[in-house]
Amino acid sequence: MTALLLFSLGFIIEKATLILVLFLVTLGVAAYATYGERKIAAFFQDRLGPSNAGPWGLLQPIADGVKMFTKEDFIPNQSERWIYILAPGAFIFVALMASAVIPWGTTLTLGGLNWNLQVADVNIGILYVVGLASLGVYGIMLGGWSSNNKFSLYGAIRASSQMISYELAMGLSLIAIVMLSGSLSLRTIIEQQSDVWNIVYQPLGFILFLTCSLAECNRAPFDMAECETELIGGYHTEYSSMKLGFFLFAEYINMFISCTVISCLYFGGYYFPGLDPNWLGGLMGPIILLSKSFFFIFVFMWIRWTLPRFRYDQLMHLGWKSLIPLAILNMLLTGAGILYFGK
Amino acid sequence: MQLTQRSKNVVNKEMTFMERIYLPAILKGLWTTLKHFFRKSNTVSYPKENRPFAPVYRGWHVLKRDEQGRENCTACGLCAVACPAEAISMVAAEREKGEENLYREEKYAAVYEINMLRCIYCGLCEEACPKEAIFLTDRIVPSDYVRQNFIFGKDMLVEGVEPDKRIDVSKRQKHKTEA
Repeated sequence: MTALLLFSLGFIIEKATLILVLFLVTLGVAAYATYGERKIAAFFQDRLGPSNAGPWGLLQPIADGVKMFTKEDFIPNQSERWIYILAPGAFIFVALMASAVIPWGTTLTLGGLNWNLQVADVNIGILYVVGLASLGVYGIMLGGWSSNNKFSLYGAIRASSQMISYELAMGLSLIAIVMLSGSLSLRTIIEQQSDVWNIVYQPLGFILFLTCSLAECNRAPFDMAECETELIGGYHTEYSSMKLGFFLFAEYINMFISCTVISCLYFGGYYFPGLDPNWLGGLMGPIILLSKSFFFIFVFMWIRWTLPRFRYDQLMHLGWKSLIPLAILNMLLTGAGILYFGK
Repeated sequence: MQLTQRSKNVVNKEMTFMERIYLPAILKGLWTTLKHFFRKSNTVSYPKENRPFAPVYRGWHVLKRDEQGRENCTACGLCAVACPAEAISMVAAEREKGEENLYREEKYAAVYEINMLRCIYCGLCEEACPKEAIFLTDRIVPSDYVRQNFIFGKDMLVEGVEPDKRIDVSKRQKHKTEA
């Protein structure tokens, strides 16, 4: 009984520490993604970007946070008050949950203990991530609807229809990966890429998945939910203070998570040729995965500051008439390949 | 009238396959932005660093003193006559005994005012001045909330007597002699 209790206590402490660290890392990455976005946007436009808060403007995210917290917290008179308050929380909650199933590395040896660098090795991990991605639309929809503002509602409707349309193609391109690895567990999917990354077998699938991730994260060229020039701020037009901060922050968390998922699914997760993820007591794995993730965050920003926004009907045409047929084709090709080569 | 050779005729043709899949165009665009990413920024972080002014920049006027610290201006009024914006006004006065160290000649400007909101910074006052008394400098007129504060009197225009308060206009004088 005592042994069991000790075991479960250790288990709880291990998981709690891991969750806390992961939480802080995710928030930190998201905070500095806002800084990175501004800096990268500036470089793409031959500007300097934030440079006054701290050296190279490195304290800018903190300044932004202070600004967000001290602003007036405005609630529109005619809003659905409780839903209005709940929406940002729901959005950021869903965004933060997804990082639980991502295997950040093999095993970390620290202080004589072995830490499993995955909060929950769910055997349907990727399904869980896709499920949370579709839950993410609730925050936007609730926020947009409860604000009682037509622009917010337009933004929310556009966002939800866009996310639902692109989830189909995303899921279909994922099925090809699942067919290749024969498992829904992210850990297994990564383990099978220790030699050859999935991008070699799935170039079309990768392009489809990347496009759909951009749409899922509501980022340009698919930022239909916000489109500042048309809908003021889209679904968060009526939000201010830290409620707005939560929305913006959750979008960056979503971006970080989807970049990590892309790295896990197509680019070998914590594997890199010539580098062993067990080096530095297992710290090498997270470093490799985070580097890949940061690279994709850069790619996301690069795309955002290059391409103009799609028109709404073009977006729907692309989603339903191009991406979904291509994803089905990709699935069929993968199936044929597996049958023929007997992988 | 054709102004450039860059105009393109818009043709409403069907897109080819390569155009329809967008990817080549997207990659081309990404390459363009990437080139800008590594380009040096043209930004001048203004309060920290200043863009160098042209030697002939025309800003905040100065009323010069000579080497002994006496005001050059004799209140002849030629600058006010030359001024197309009618921004300059002055009141002349006669030099009293004992004031030889203040004013170079027998007549001086007791009041000299330039309305900086009327001024168009053309520099005609400088050209009209026979005494090398007024120059436009590379100093920027500071902003203010009240229109009254933009009427600069002698306190804002005349340079100081001390060597470190003198305003250097050698570049403009050189420009003037060359012209």
